[in-house]
Amino acid sequence: MSEEVMNELKRDYLYSLILKNQRADGRGFEESRDIVIKTNIIEKAEGSASVKLGDTYLVAGIKLQLGTPFPDTPDKGVIITNLELIPMASPNFESGPPGENAVELARVVDRGIRESHSIDLKELCIVPGESVWLIFIDIHVIDDGGNLMDAACLAAIAALLGVTVPAKKYGIGEDFKLPVRDIPIAVTAVEIDGSIVIDPSIDEGRIAGAKLTVTSNIDGSISAMQKSGVGFFTPEQINYVADVAIKRSEELREKFLEL
Amino acid sequence: MDKPEKFIIDGIRLDGRKPDELRPMKIEVGVLNRADGSCYLEFGKNKVLAAVYGPREVHPRHMQKPTTAVVRFKYNMASFSVEERKRPGPDRRSIEVSKVSREAVEPMIFTEYFPKSAIDIFVEVLQADAGTRTAGINAASVALADASIPMRGLVSSCAVGKVDGELVLDLMKDEDNYGEADVPVAMTPDGEITLLQMDGNLTKEELKKAVEMATEGCKQIYKLQRDALIERYKKDLEEHKEEVELVEIIAESEETSIESTIDNTDESGGLNDE
Repeated sequence: MSEEVMNELKRDYLYSLILKNQRADGRGFEESRDIVIKTNIIEKAEGSASVKLGDTYLVAGIKLQLGTPFPDTPDKGVIITNLELIPMASPNFESGPPGENAVELARVVDRGIRESHSIDLKELCIVPGESVWLIFIDIHVIDDGGNLMDAACLAAIAALLGVTVPAKKYGIGEDFKLPVRDIPIAVTAVEIDGSIVIDPSIDEGRIAGAKLTVTSNIDGSISAMQKSGVGFFTPEQINYVADVAIKRSEELREKFLEL
Repeated sequence: MDKPEKFIIDGIRLDGRKPDELRPMKIEVGVLNRADGSCYLEFGKNKVLAAVYGPREVHPRHMQKPTTAVVRFKYNMASFSVEERKRPGPDRRSIEVSKVSREAVEPMIFTEYFPKSAIDIFVEVLQADAGTRTAGINAASVALADASIPMRGLVSSCAVGKVDGELVLDLMKDEDNYGEADVPVAMTPDGEITLLQMDGNLTKEELKKAVEMATEGCKQIYKLQRDALIERYKKDLEEHKEEVELVEIIAESEETSIESTIDNTDESGGLNDE
């Protein structure tokens, strides 16, 4: 993947702003960009959602199919999460099989949903060892405006909340709404020159050292975390990010009550 | 094996360890002939090899960076390393592990010393028993030092998990499979965290304690890594005793001169205002 070059002037400007406790778009360090979530936008999918987070725009679609369970979990349905960084979204993205960034994003989204037990996989079992529901969560990044992680997690859970299980189509009873037990929400922060800012814009993401995503649940517990980027955090910074992420996720969760 | 009823009985774990005890670790430095640096590491039943090549030319050429070295990390599991044969080649898990492992060691490498070149790190997991990424990072860190790659320090790594509602250091297989949380951590000797992942369920307070436990674990591992490197280069250290002392004196004087520079800049209001 080729990387865009950022000019020194802009880089220095962003750093100098951080030193003055400011951000290029006027946000506070703990403030995230505006979020617009729309659900059920793709009729052919069993569930779908689009998320606009600042300049970032992406779409998640959920398809359900019957399939066989994994041998080690014969009585559980299967979640398969995939994320595509399609070339139209950024000059940095190339077509072809998912690269490490796409794989990482998808796996962290998956981990949040799986570990929060928001979907009870046992309820998706039809005949143990033979037939279970496979839930495919596919996320397409349409426009990369930074912080794809948080947008992708929001889209995935928003889409899941609207899923109707197509039982009738497969001749196994009436359609029903997929029960969702938790709303895991990811909040990402980056470290820039010793300061921590949440919901990094694309430019902030590029000058950042390390990045930390914290996915938290309704009860305030944490279900997934991921540090990425070449850089490090002190233990104090990690506790701080966890704190902010849990608080922010509560605010975001209220968005879902409006859906 | 089915889920055990209890993981901790009278403060002792299934494999006889205390909650804050690491599995035994064995480190051998310089085990490969062709690689510039290498390390064989056993961590409990984990057996991993790490090799470092470089700094060397970058292929394909378009990957090279004009001002720094590119660091590449390839984590690979042998198909026979696990109970059920693993299909050879990279899967999504090893792609992610490779990425986060690279990001765990790269902050420690002076990549700016080697523009347009590549530093390649290969980790081969010969036997897996929970915690392979931490074992791989520990081995890679030692192999980098063995390859004489200039670094700010060694990275040490271990995981903390939760079983029976209690935090434990360094999960073994059954604790990992049936545990409630898994938090792999890597850190520098100064306690800066270069790898942190988590899955499962933890409260904020538990996370804080988990990082503290991992810090203690990493300190112990750091000592083992350091000892292994000293053991490997003991003879060379003896032979070049005077030079080593000289280097230490220079390093010390440089440190004080850097400190005084920092003091001076502070007084003048910092470099950034200029």
